[in-house]
Amino acid sequence: MSALNPPVKPSPQITELSRPYWDAAAQGRLVLQQCGACGTVRHYPRLLCSVCHSDAVTWVPASGRGRVHSWTVAHHAFHPAFAAELPYTLVTVDLEEGVRALGRWNSDAAPAIGLGTVGGFVPREGGVDLVFTLDCA
Amino acid sequence: MPRHDWLRDKACLSGVGETAYLRGASKSAFELQIEASLKAIADAGLKPAQIDGVIPVGIVSGTADDFIENFGITDLRFSAVVPHGGASPVMALQCAAAAVASGACNHVLITFGRNISAAAVHKAGARIHSMPQFHFVTEFEYPMGAIAPAQLYAPMARRHMELYGTTVEQFGEVAVACREHALLNGNAVMKKPITLEDHANSRMISDPFRLLDSSLESDGGAAVIVSSAEAAADSPQRRVFISGVAEGHPDSPGSITQRADMTSLGLAKAAPRAFAMAGVTPADIQVAEIYDCFTYAVIRQFEDMGFCAKGEGGPFVQGGRLRLGGALPTNTHGGLLSQAHVWGLNHVVELVRQLRGTAGRAQVAGAELGVVTGYGDMGDGALAIMRRG
Repeated sequence: MSALNPPVKPSPQITELSRPYWDAAAQGRLVLQQCGACGTVRHYPRLLCSVCHSDAVTWVPASGRGRVHSWTVAHHAFHPAFAAELPYTLVTVDLEEGVRALGRWNSDAAPAIGLGTVGGFVPREGGVDLVFTLDCA
Repeated sequence: MPRHDWLRDKACLSGVGETAYLRGASKSAFELQIEASLKAIADAGLKPAQIDGVIPVGIVSGTADDFIENFGITDLRFSAVVPHGGASPVMALQCAAAAVASGACNHVLITFGRNISAAAVHKAGARIHSMPQFHFVTEFEYPMGAIAPAQLYAPMARRHMELYGTTVEQFGEVAVACREHALLNGNAVMKKPITLEDHANSRMISDPFRLLDSSLESDGGAAVIVSSAEAAADSPQRRVFISGVAEGHPDSPGSITQRADMTSLGLAKAAPRAFAMAGVTPADIQVAEIYDCFTYAVIRQFEDMGFCAKGEGGPFVQGGRLRLGGALPTNTHGGLLSQAHVWGLNHVVELVRQLRGTAGRAQVAGAELGVVTGYGDMGDGALAIMRRG
């Protein structure tokens, strides 16, 4: 890889099912699928509600607040576009809407199970990252 | 409800074959697969054209049609695809056993070959994102840097450590046991001994996984023949019966992130069915070949199968239990961690050799009953309990 052709991070492979999520993300908003029939919130976006099998969907805003479920700290670049960011932490979060999200951890505090966190989208070249930090509220 | 013993001892492993395992193989994946297949067919005392069922594991190389054409099979009666990564070989045992027990065919070839060194997409991290079963991860996690299995599986291990106190040393016990066994095996990629200290000092890949927690990237082929008990009655080999077999899928199989309990695998659903089918309990098992993509996966699978209570997998693997001479010799060939990574079909081959009594320097004395597991994609699982015939 030369400096003239820096490695590029992968972009999400957006589908018709997930487009509303990414359209909102581009505007800095986290939205989730909610079943239009029974109201169950689901993530990642899929065709049917697994509870009632309706395909009716509304997209509802999520607060971004949640609690740390688990995490990992990446020390090895499996993709060259991430090499300069090592080590970086990926955090799995229980969102208060009842589903989980994976994001980048941006806090001086070490993650711990149950730690309150708040997340939002941060622009980067070619897309957005969902980034979580310590919830001090 | 299916009968709990619907497949007990209806099918047996009649032949096994492997290529040399190495890095930088000169043969293509298909050539390796063919080499292993011909060895397994000869081992079973069959001719290639007698194969009347085929399950090419994962279709990463040859298809069923390729085997018809190369082997001159005039009447292939059964073929299937089992698309669950490293769980596929053991899931294929269930599929093949059902096929031969039903009378659909007599001899099913389960076969796999890979040449990672020559692959256009060499690294696992990039490779998996072209697979449809990873589409959630590819869309929502990969762009943020959750690329390789080490990074995707690590949160499971971290949560297990936080909830149950599982330790780095316990991970190391798995790595050291596999390496000790690989050194007894003339066909293993890894050839140097390691200690618990070597494990703990190895380079961190994705916390808590270190280099020596991680399975190998290697080239090779493996194959087994599943025959009906009747069709293998005059086999030149001692038959090894499939006494219990089952597959299971975790909730949210497509992403670990969304799984209600990320410390539980599909194997937890499969294990009670397989043990009930076989009519045995974990305490009866004398040798275990456990899918070891990462050290942690072995600990977790012992819990999911009921060898110990949930959370007690770490202490379970301590004290040399997994080593030859221990209470439950495990991965007696070296496993994916130290022999080779052929999606765990090498685990099936090894269990057959153990139960035939032909496992060489790694032979578990008097082994009559063993278990092999598969673990694929994000947590799909399967196990087979096999009995010396």
